[in-house]
Amino acid sequence: MSLDVLRMRRREFIKATGAAALAASAGCASVSPKSAARGKVVVVGGGYGGATAARYVAMWGGGGVDVTLVESDAAFISCPLSNLVLGGSLELPDLVVGYDGLAKRGVRVVHDTATGVDPDKRIVRLAAGGDLAYDRLVLSPGVDFLYNTLPGLASGDAQARVMHAWKAGVQTLMLRQQLEAMPDGGVFVISIPRAPYRCPPGPYERACQVAWYFKRAKPRSKVLILDGNEDVQSKKALFTRAWNELYKGIVEYQPNYVLTDVDVATMTAKFETAEDVRASVLNVIPPQRAAAIAMQAGVVTANNAWCEVDFLSFESIKVPNIHVLGDAIQVAPLMPKSGHMANQHGKVAAAAIVASLSGAPVNPAPVLNNTCYSFITDREAVHVASVHQYDNVQKTLVPVPGAGGLSPAMSAQEGAYGIDWAHSIWGDMLA
Amino acid sequence: MQVAGKTRMTRKVVALGVASFFAGGAVAQGADTSGGRAIAAGCAACHGTNGVSGTRVPSLAGIPLADIAARMREFKSGQRSGTVMPQLAKGYTDEQIDLLAAWFAAQPAPAK
Repeated sequence: MSLDVLRMRRREFIKATGAAALAASAGCASVSPKSAARGKVVVVGGGYGGATAARYVAMWGGGGVDVTLVESDAAFISCPLSNLVLGGSLELPDLVVGYDGLAKRGVRVVHDTATGVDPDKRIVRLAAGGDLAYDRLVLSPGVDFLYNTLPGLASGDAQARVMHAWKAGVQTLMLRQQLEAMPDGGVFVISIPRAPYRCPPGPYERACQVAWYFKRAKPRSKVLILDGNEDVQSKKALFTRAWNELYKGIVEYQPNYVLTDVDVATMTAKFETAEDVRASVLNVIPPQRAAAIAMQAGVVTANNAWCEVDFLSFESIKVPNIHVLGDAIQVAPLMPKSGHMANQHGKVAAAAIVASLSGAPVNPAPVLNNTCYSFITDREAVHVASVHQYDNVQKTLVPVPGAGGLSPAMSAQEGAYGIDWAHSIWGDMLA
Repeated sequence: MQVAGKTRMTRKVVALGVASFFAGGAVAQGADTSGGRAIAAGCAACHGTNGVSGTRVPSLAGIPLADIAARMREFKSGQRSGTVMPQLAKGYTDEQIDLLAAWFAAQPAPAK
C-alpha cells in the first residue's frame, strides 16, 4: 500500500471535511428548527469518547445547548494505527486530526487542562485559571499510568528512557527511534500489565508490527512478549498463528510475567516469580487507572481505579450530572477498553444528555457495537467484533450470544477496511 | 492499489457527502421519536455520521428501508457473506433492524 496513498488520503480527508464544515456554518442556522434542549455541557477529554460526545450533543441538541470541550493537546493523535508507526509503515502525522472541525460545528474548544471538579457548584476548574459552569459534565479523560508500582520507573528521567508509547505522540516517535537505533541481534521486550488495561489486543499487534520491521531490517533480532496475564487477552488464535508461522523464530510469548520493577541502568525487567530479563529495547506498558480528574471528581468507585456508570446514560453511579466515557469506566462484561467502544459510549451519553436537557425520557434500550482491527503486517489485518445490548434484569450491557466474532484469517481486504475504519471514525468524532 | 484515481474519488465523495449531511442536519436534530436514530448512530463509526460515508464503506443514507432491512437480514441469516457485517447483524433484533433501516432511509442521500 501505499504509504503515499494513506498520507494523501489523510490530507484529502482533512481538506474535504474542513471545506464542508465551512459550508455548513454558513447554511446550517437558517434550516435548524429550535430544539427544546437547553443547557451547558462541558466535555473533558477530546479522544474517541469525548470528541464524539461533544459533536453529537451539538448535533442533536441544536442551538440551545452550549457545548465546551476541554482538551490539553492542540490536535487529536490516534492510538489506533499507532503501532504501524512503530513498524515503520505509517508516520505520526498520518494519525493527527485537528479540532477545528468541532469548533466550526459550534463546539467551543478550550485547550487547557481540567484540574478539578466541584460537583455541588457544578463547576470545572482549569489550570490556566477560570471556571466552567455545567449542567452536565462529561469526563472522557482516558487513563493514568501507575508508575508508583514500579520503583525504578518513578523518576521522570527513567520514564524518558523506558517508553510506554501507550498514548500516541512523542512516546511513539521515541520508541520508533530506539528500535531504529537497536543493533541487529537485539531483543525488544514488551511488558503487558494485568487486565484491565487500555486496548486489550494492542500489545500483541505491537509485537507483530515490530516483528514485521525486524524481519525486513534486522532479521537476527527478537521480540519477547512478557505478559502479566495468564494468556493472550484478545484475538488469541490469530496472533498465535502469526507468531508461529509468519514470525516464527522472531516472536516469543511468555505468560504470567507480572512486572515488579525495572533497573533502567541495565535495562533489566524484574518479575513477581520469573527470572530477570535484560532487553536491548524495553517497552513497559504500565498498570493503569482512570485519569486524575476522575479521582478529583469523586467518580472512581471500583478498585480505586475505574468509574462505575449507569449504562443507560453513562452517568456516574455516585455523582449526579457527571457522565464518564471510554477507558476510564468500569466496563460491562466482555466490553473492551477500545476507541470504537468509547465512540459508542459518547453517543449513548449524548442522547441521554440531550433528552434530559429537554425533559424527554432517556432511551431504555441502548445497543452498542465494537469493531476492532489489528494489523499483523503493514497491510494485512484481523478483526474482532461484538454487539452489546442493555439487559433490564442485570442492569448492564451484555454481549449478544452468537453475534460478533473474529476474522477467519488475516487479509489485505481487512487491512483496507481497518484504514477505512480509522478515517471514518475520525470523521464521526471530529469533522 | 489504484492510487491517483481512487484518491481523487475519495476526496470528492467525502466533500459531497459531508456537505449533504449538513444540509440534512435539521432532520437529525431534536428528539429521537422512534429510537431509530440511537440505533443507527452506532453504525456511523464505520458508515459515516448519519450514514454518509467518506470511505469505501457504503453510505446508508437515503437507501430504501426495504433494501437495508433485507441486506441486514441476509447478513444475519448467513445468506450473505462478509467480514464484520455477518457477525454484527446477528446482534440486532428484527425490530431494531427495521428501526435503523427506517431512520437511514429518511436521511438525504449523498449527492452523486
